[in-house]
Amino acid sequence: MCGHCGCGDEQAAAVLNLETGKETPLARDAGQQAHGDGDSHDQDHDHGHGREHGHDHIHADGSRHGHPHGHVQPARSAAGEVVELEARILAKNDAMAERNRAWFKGREILALNLVSSPGAGKTTLLERTIRDLKDELKLYVVEGDQATANDGERIRAAGAPAVQVNTGSGCHLEADMVARGLQELRPSPGSVVMIENVGNLVCPALFDLGERAKVVILSVTEGDDKPLKYPHMFKAAEMMVLNKMDLLPYVDFDPERALANALKVNPSIASLRLSARTGEGLDAWYDWLRDEWAQVRDLAFS
Amino acid sequence: MHELGVTQNIVAIVGEAAKGRRVTRVTLEVGKLSGVMSEAIAFCFDVVVKGTALEGARLEILDIDGRARCKACGLEFETETLFTPCPCGSHRSTRIRGEELIVKSMELVEAA
Repeated sequence: MCGHCGCGDEQAAAVLNLETGKETPLARDAGQQAHGDGDSHDQDHDHGHGREHGHDHIHADGSRHGHPHGHVQPARSAAGEVVELEARILAKNDAMAERNRAWFKGREILALNLVSSPGAGKTTLLERTIRDLKDELKLYVVEGDQATANDGERIRAAGAPAVQVNTGSGCHLEADMVARGLQELRPSPGSVVMIENVGNLVCPALFDLGERAKVVILSVTEGDDKPLKYPHMFKAAEMMVLNKMDLLPYVDFDPERALANALKVNPSIASLRLSARTGEGLDAWYDWLRDEWAQVRDLAFS
Repeated sequence: MHELGVTQNIVAIVGEAAKGRRVTRVTLEVGKLSGVMSEAIAFCFDVVVKGTALEGARLEILDIDGRARCKACGLEFETETLFTPCPCGSHRSTRIRGEELIVKSMELVEAA
């Protein structure tokens, strides 16, 4: 539909509770998506762009023409009345994400949004983490995939309660899907909720889910220039995990170059190197999780 | 790739604000570094507006160039990418504009 992955067509979207087997279709009427809880206008967004800059116009027919300056809309034109809206297009998702964030905070829950390309090792890292930390942290998982409950079943087999959100043809999780998933999952206070996003380095960058941090997982079988190719994701992430380090001798991936590229996009990104398969480097990952979890507990009343 | 969902949000925001009146023009501000392609929104728009108050409306997209202020030297500079460094070489900067995703205004048919 939009030329690439057809996201937005959510006819097949559903939430599957892997504990009870209950499946609920995610009826998400597009017309209800951008509003529904009151005012979607945003009057206090940063309106830093001035009138001095040039810009292009693109019209629906594809034609484009440039203007040397921003033009001021007349209050009335020959055709009718002009109404200023100044509404942020993603306001509805952002509002729902803030609601999720407050929900997590009130329950002292650490929520992380795991993002990567398909096959970078998100689920394997989660399985390993669940097994290794089962006596220490209570972990819950919201699994996002376009289809199948395969990953949710893997997580459950590893020992963590999981809910599978199938986005249908949607290419990313949105905040309301996570809210629905949480409704099924009911994570306990003081726990850790791992949200495994749909494998995609593009769309999930744009949609806040209410997480404390995005963790981007990049495997060494990919290119070390990925941070520059998908800058939005690496800019949005607080942590970059370089996975499959055991395969490094067989590939051309340069971890130093990957980190340098990530730092160009996001000078404050943290990074770790590990292999979820062999266990190499996992201690540092667990230390990072413990530290984030401790911070969430400290911040709950701030 | 997410432009269809984004366009659905746009149509929903405008449709709600129009309160049943017919919309003849929609003006958006889309930052060139917003992660959303103006061309793809324009492509989706005609499909999404079918059967809504926006059907037949003209879509006007103001593409906003990226601009940032360097945290090292304070210079304001154009940024074509999210990682364009300041001419002084620093990668630490604050985005001033270029990430907008805003429905700026709409034009309605005069109420009878």
